[in-house]
Order: sequence, then C-alpha cells, then structure tokens
Amino acid sequence: MAQLIKQGQLVSNDEWHLIEDDAIIADYGIISLKRWQENAAALLPLAQAGKIGLLLNSDETADLIGDDCRQFVLIAVNFPKFSDGRGYSTARLLRERHGFKGELRSVGDVLIDQLFFMNRCGFNSFALRDDQDLNDALAAFATFTVCYQNDVNDQRPLFRRR
Amino acid sequence: MYVYDEYDQQLLNERVAQFKGQMERYLAGKIADDEFLPLRLQNGIYVQRYAPMLRVAVPYGQMNSAQMRALARVAREYDKGYAHFSTRQNVQFNWPKLEQCPQILADLAEVQMHAVQTSGNCIRNTTTDEYAGVIAEETVDPRPYCEIIRQWSTFHPEFAFLPRKFKIAVNAVPGADRAAIQVHDIGVNIIRNAEGQIGYRILVGGGLGRTPIVGEEIRSFLPEEDLLTYLDAVIRVYNQFGRRDNKYKARIKILVKALGVERMAELVEAEWERIKNGDSKLTAAELERVKKHFTDPAYKTLSDEPAELTSARAENAAFARWLQRNVRAHKQAGYAIVTLTLKQKGTPPGDVTAEQMDQIAMLADKYSFGEIRSTHQQNLVLADVEQSELFALWQEAKALGLATPTLGLLTDMICCPGGDFCALANAKSIPVAEAIQLRFDDLDYLHDLGEIDLNISGCMNACGHHHVGNIGVLGVDKKGEEFYQISLGGNAGEDTSLGKILGPSFARDQMPDIIAKILDFYVAKRSEGETFLETYRRIGHDPFKEAIYGPAH
Repeated sequence: MAQLIKQGQLVSNDEWHLIEDDAIIADYGIISLKRWQENAAALLPLAQAGKIGLLLNSDETADLIGDDCRQFVLIAVNFPKFSDGRGYSTARLLRERHGFKGELRSVGDVLIDQLFFMNRCGFNSFALRDDQDLNDALAAFATFTVCYQNDVNDQRPLFRRR
Repeated sequence: MYVYDEYDQQLLNERVAQFKGQMERYLAGKIADDEFLPLRLQNGIYVQRYAPMLRVAVPYGQMNSAQMRALARVAREYDKGYAHFSTRQNVQFNWPKLEQCPQILADLAEVQMHAVQTSGNCIRNTTTDEYAGVIAEETVDPRPYCEIIRQWSTFHPEFAFLPRKFKIAVNAVPGADRAAIQVHDIGVNIIRNAEGQIGYRILVGGGLGRTPIVGEEIRSFLPEEDLLTYLDAVIRVYNQFGRRDNKYKARIKILVKALGVERMAELVEAEWERIKNGDSKLTAAELERVKKHFTDPAYKTLSDEPAELTSARAENAAFARWLQRNVRAHKQAGYAIVTLTLKQKGTPPGDVTAEQMDQIAMLADKYSFGEIRSTHQQNLVLADVEQSELFALWQEAKALGLATPTLGLLTDMICCPGGDFCALANAKSIPVAEAIQLRFDDLDYLHDLGEIDLNISGCMNACGHHHVGNIGVLGVDKKGEEFYQISLGGNAGEDTSLGKILGPSFARDQMPDIIAKILDFYVAKRSEGETFLETYRRIGHDPFKEAIYGPAH
C-alpha cells in the first residue's frame, strides 16, 4: 500500500484501490479508461455516487475522457516512470480545460522531487512510492515560495503579481 | 542587462536550498542514481569521463564583470583554474567535485548566476545574437524577449520531464539568422508586419544531432503579447505526443516529421486557441518592465573614425588586421563592437583561464560599461567600446592572448570538448582542432582564404555543430579506433544548409593534410572574391570529392 498524502497530510485510511479490467467492480475501485469507455452508461451511476474512480495511464491524454471527467469524484493519473512527464499536462488539462473539481491523484513512480510540480499542475493527492521518506515528502511542498508561471492554483503568472 | 528583483533572487535562493537538500539525500543513499540523474542534470551537472562537469547558464550570453569574476573564482577554488565557453553561450567547469556543486551554486547565486536547466529533458538556455542591442540592422533588441522566455521556462511545472531536451533561439535581424534559429526546436524570428507591429515568425522542428533537420515555419506572424501562450501550446503538444520509447527519436523534430508541419500546426493552433487569452498573455506593463533592463548605456556623443583610430590603423598593420576581422560597426556613432577570440593556438577553442577571466572583467569595466557577452562561436564580446580606445584595448587584449585576428576565419573553429572529457564522444575533437590551428597559423594565408566555418564534433550528438560547418568534422569510432568524417557545404546563416558527407573517414594524423587539400582545391577553383561556401555551391560537391579521393570508378 502506497503512502498517501492529501492536503499536506498523511492519510492512512484511504479505501481507493485499482481494479483490473477482468475483476469485479467493488466500491472505491479505480477503473481503467477502457472499461469506462466500454460500459459508460452502466457505470455512470456508480461514478456519480462517488463509488468508482478513473485511472488514466500516461499515454491516455485528458481529451480522451474530456468533460466526462466531472462525473467522477476521483481520477488517478499514472506515472509509469517518474521521468514520463505526460501526466503533468493531463492534470492541467483536466483541471483547466475540462473543469475537474474532484480528487486528482498521482500514482505509480511518484517521488519526492516531483511533488511540487505535481501540486502546481492540479494534483491534490499523491500516492508516494513505498520507499519515499514521508517527512522529506511533506517538506517538498514548500520548496519554492515564488513561481514565474501561472498554474492550477494561481491563474496569475508572476508578471501579473509583481 | 536584466537585474534581479527580490522575486528573482528569492526563487534562485530557494533553488540553491533545494539542490543542497537533494545532494544531501543522494549522498545519504536516499535517492537512487537514476533518480538523482535528472535532478543533477537540471542543475547543470553531468558525470563526464573523468569527473563531473558543471554547466553554468549564461542567459542569452549576457554577463557583467562581477559575474565573470565569480566564474574566475569558481575556476580557481573548485576547478583546475580554467573554464570553457560552449556553443550554447554557457560556461562549463570540467573538474568540480560532485559534493561541492551545491556550494558552487550558492556562490554563483550571490551574483545572480545559476545552472538551472542547463541540461536534462527540459527547456534549456535560450540563445540569441551576441550583438543584440548594439547593431543598427536589428528590428528590435531581442534580449527582453529572451528574458521573458527565461522566466517562463524556469521551473515550468508542466515541462520539467519532456521527452527530450528543448532549445529555443531568437533572431531579430531581418534577412539574417544570427542565432542559428533554423536548427533549434523552436526558432523565434522577431519581425514587424505590414502594419509595423512587432511579432514573431515561429519555426519548429529544427535540430542537429543524429537526424539534422532544418526547422519549418509553423506560424508566419504571432502578435507580440502572445509569445508565452504560443510556446505553451507548442510544448504541450510535444509533451503529450512526442516519442518517449527511443531517445534518439524523442526530439520535437521527429514528431514534426511524423505528423507533417501542417498537422503539427493544426494541433498547436487548436491548443493555443483555448489558452491564448488566459493570464499568461503578456501585458504591455510586463514588456515595458523587462525592456527597461535593456536600455542603452550612457553613450557619449561621439563621431565615427576619430583621428587617433585612423592614425593607429595606418601605423600598425597588426592592429589594422584585428580591426578588420574582430571589430564590428556599432549602431552608436563613435563606438565599436569587439570580439575577444578564445581561439589561441595551443588552447582548446572556448577555453579561458581564471587569470584571463579576471582580466576580461577588468577590460569590460575599463572599456565597455562592465558587460560581456559569450557567443555561440565560443568567443567573448565587448559590445560598447569607444573607437578612440580600440588601440589601447587591442594592446591589452593581445597581451592576454585574446586578440587573435581570426574571427570567422578557418582557425576560429567551433569544437566540442570531445573524447578528452565527454563520456558520449566517439573520438577526441580538441587534438584535431589543435593540429589544424598549428598547421594553419599563417595569418596572411588565413586572411586570404577568407570566411570559413570549420566545426568539429566528437560524436553524432553534434555539440560542435558539424552539420552546419562549411567544413564539418565528425569523430567516429571504427572498431575501437578514432576516425574523422568530413562533410562540406553546411551553413548556419540565413540560408541554412546541412553539410554533405565527402566520403570515407580519415585517421586523426591525416586530418591537417586533408583539410589542406580541400582548401587548396577551393583556392584553385574560386572566382575573385568568392568565399569557400560560394565556390562550393557554384561548382558542387563532386569536384571536391574527386579532389580528395580521386576520380570515381
């Protein structure tokens, strides 16, 4: 079980879990995009009731789910390798273009030194890889107090604030 | 030049603290080597053949004398007493200790310098014309735009893990390409439209390396305030769709080739349409704020060609030669642009000692408002020298070995560090450069040959830009031995062209003779006043090939 950080704190009682495409859907299961696309009508009530979440892999761009993302309370974006940076664009687009307001969770190869960027791109929960030091991770959110660009948390770049 | 305010300094100080912490965690075994790799790369640290190499950013080539002195101190205190200026206008230290790098970066932060994103799969140092702001031909000073790009690209949250490195260059001279923008991931050409408004012509997908490609136009005119949103759109498309399965096919040029530039443009326009009116759209106030950092220094009211210059030129042939080659016309009457060449015989191209760096800082203070620029041809520029002081400056520069009057000539070579330092290299490049410098040291002959770009890379990653050298030299490995392949006809100017391979490669000790043969052939074939490139383009590739390898069978 990965260590989960949410709102700047360790969360130990999280029930969300990934489920394989051939497994039976259980409450708080995170399903694949493929499964959603094949059974969207049947799965919609579960999504709207907050009982299932959606997983986007790094090669699944935000526009593949589009505004339907709002049906979910949780979307997980997978980082198969920390150096695969596609998930940052996915997160920003879900937030800024498709209006996703729910929990956006980074999963997979989630390392301490990515957290600051992930937070700026709209992730608000982080399933840290098991070996990561939790105290170092919690400190990483305060790495910078100044950012030049706008981001999901502040739509004004520095030049509109300085 | 741009001077940090409290925001810029705060951000840099926080970066120094971040990397110090990362280094401590790494040395404590809390970060694995492959996970530390991008962290150190994005702080400028490569692990080279013998030692780590630290690449310090010189944003678009601009430095002041205090920064140059700080670089000299780093060379002296943490390295072996010298530094190397690279083709990206940056400066490299070849022998720092890994664990000392955070302290070096802390020292440099005190003079507003850093190594942010000088390596790694992120947006790199933006480059531009070393004569920016001081030549009459430019549409507008490109440096404020470079600084705006620098700030936007620094720790961009979405683009820290791109498929591959990403390089942007800016040109602002009509009818010229003064920053090799056609061989960059994005080339920004600052132009005026028919209505006289400032904007940009955008090129995408150029690059050297294994697959050299000349960039293509993706937008003919982008309004001035839309620069950052458009760059966001291009790189967002690249971040999502660029290949990540093969690092040799991961640059944006491969994506552009695969999609076609029209399709790429459609994707970018669709993305841009949705963000162009967001808060990242530049404001007049921000453009104004940054431009204020690049106003003219306090020029005196002077006339061109003062009497002391005329008489010194008449009396001293060596000075006259240096004036002709290394000094360029300035937009301001009575001033001149001086290039200090880092191409002294017996020294690797781009190398300077700590003592020279201190002296260069002194010369900048004395003659050029305390500012210095680095160039992508690995030289340094004093951009604002009074013409009446050129003779005095020349005497001092000459004593320091910085006045070789060969700017743009054969021995003003571009050369990567090669196999002497670089772990990627297939072959050494510096000894080839040195052998050529030794062989061709007759100034009359060099001046008679005229302008020739000779570019040397130690491997196909092409840090020495061999594809765009009129004569390009590429180090190759043949069964464990170092050989050199020659290409001809490359050019990095407005009419960018990629060199064509001449034929089978040569051993290192053959290289000066082969270069001599090529040059002899050019001299025999040239028409009056024709440069090497012009002769090559007129008579074609095959006659040169035949001159070197004999008639085809």
